[in-house]
Amino acid sequence: MALFTAAVGATVARPLRGGAAARLLLWRNILVYRRAWLVFITGFLEPVFYLFSIGIGVGAMVVGFEYAGKPVDYREFVAPGMIAASAMNGSLLDATFNFFFKLKYNKLYDQMLATPLRTVDIAVGEILWNQLRSGIYVTAFLLIMVAMDLVHSWWALLVVPAALLIGSAFGAVGMALTTYMTSWQDFEKVTLAMMPMFLFSATFFPVTAYPEWLRWIVEVTPLYRGVVLCRELTLGVPSWGSLVSVVYLLAFGAIGLVVVRRRLDSLLLT
Amino acid sequence: MISARGLRKSFGDFEAVRGIDVSVRPGVAFGFLGPNGAGKSSTMRMICCVSPPSGGELRVFGMDPAKDGPKIKARLGVCPQEDTLDVELNVYDNLFVYGRYFGLPRAEVKGRIEELLDFVQLTDKAKAKVDDLSGGMKRRLTIARSLINRPEILVLDEPTTGLDPQARHVIWDRLFRLKQAGVTLLLTTHYMDEAEQLCDELVVMDQGRIVAHGTPLGLIQQHSTREVAELRFGVGEHEALAAKVEDLAERVEVLPDRLLLYSDDGEAVIEAVHSRDLSPVATLVRRSSLEDVFLHLTGRTLVD
Repeated sequence: MALFTAAVGATVARPLRGGAAARLLLWRNILVYRRAWLVFITGFLEPVFYLFSIGIGVGAMVVGFEYAGKPVDYREFVAPGMIAASAMNGSLLDATFNFFFKLKYNKLYDQMLATPLRTVDIAVGEILWNQLRSGIYVTAFLLIMVAMDLVHSWWALLVVPAALLIGSAFGAVGMALTTYMTSWQDFEKVTLAMMPMFLFSATFFPVTAYPEWLRWIVEVTPLYRGVVLCRELTLGVPSWGSLVSVVYLLAFGAIGLVVVRRRLDSLLLT
Repeated sequence: MISARGLRKSFGDFEAVRGIDVSVRPGVAFGFLGPNGAGKSSTMRMICCVSPPSGGELRVFGMDPAKDGPKIKARLGVCPQEDTLDVELNVYDNLFVYGRYFGLPRAEVKGRIEELLDFVQLTDKAKAKVDDLSGGMKRRLTIARSLINRPEILVLDEPTTGLDPQARHVIWDRLFRLKQAGVTLLLTTHYMDEAEQLCDELVVMDQGRIVAHGTPLGLIQQHSTREVAELRFGVGEHEALAAKVEDLAERVEVLPDRLLLYSDDGEAVIEAVHSRDLSPVATLVRRSSLEDVFLHLTGRTLVD
């Protein structure tokens, strides 16, 4: 019976190269979400509702709003903030709750480590998935903005790669922190960190509204860097400051990746 | 296929494996028998390259797990103690995704899944959710999954623990077929019947050490008598009565609920017991098993 005979030639099992291994993880997650698309969509809708309620509803009462010395439609000010927030949602939901479930309950990574996959493949694959989800959310969000006539610059197209950056930064750091969590109660901390970041990272009003010392604190949060980056792009006014945000987010993602890989080693290869 | 010399594993101050020597030849069904906490699973995890040894030397297919983990794992099939099935995927996709992790082409994986589902009798469950399967079915799926890369060694960590007798026999039957097909089996168990049925060769582990090594029959002959007479008396009487029957057998073991009298003629022992005006509540004569070997070697029973 063919079942038990040793495999030959192209049918021999072998370790995958890094890129191929990470892509398989991505594909596994797509398979899962194909059957759970509702969960996928709800994460996307939250910032869209905020755009409608605060951007349009509250925005109708805001007159003479200025940003960087120029008069700006308040809706066009809030929308890029929501882009960054949806990129954060896209990655952080998977990087925290789902990652914890896979790690502790589904034992998914124990299963993968019985195959030629390595912990670095797992870390890279999951971060790629975080990025993909962020990218999909932001692309859809950009289309809504175009439909609402809130985009007037070609620079806006760059929010998609920006979303990938935001996705990898939040995904990697979110996963790194999740490896230290022991129970579902710990996730209250995630909610506790996400809520104020979402509300106060210059999403709904400019950072100049804060006193100097508080402003510094806000400016070093990763969501703030994402918000200003997206805003500079959708308003078509990129600057050297945009580059600072890019480097900042890249560094966040890279450090997170290293920590995640090491933590997976110490949790799973005992 | 596998060789270990002075292999050790410690977790902090706790020494789980305290220097073991093992050598597994191709085509053999090799068992690790021992109670919970004997160091069986720790040994398996080291062989499967998911646990770096703390000391000693380990080679699998002649390679070092610390350096060539992925290469070794490509040729191993692993059936872990806890089913690590992907509950977010259905039965078919579990096998498909897993097969792809081994770098196998899609068409090849598809063909193998058909064969394997048939082999573990789960063809009609292909589209079922993992959570809807029974314990025995999950274990069969895990075995099918571990065979997707046509492994040269199949590692089974307590393959039938927690299953009902019928499900256990189905698993044993499948493992027997694999053995006959020449797959090297490496299995841990704390069931002596499982070890006797499946293993050509086994080691008995206790507290991180190997206390005996041989074939199931050889171990029984070496460490036990042909038959055992079991005597059951009232609760708490066993200790005191042991002295009165000591001379009737080669050896007497006192368990909380019975006395075990080791002799080549069990019936004769029972007769002699009755002739001394002792009246046990129940008696039984049986052949010696690996359980007796373990009891003799360690003074403890396998399953507490």
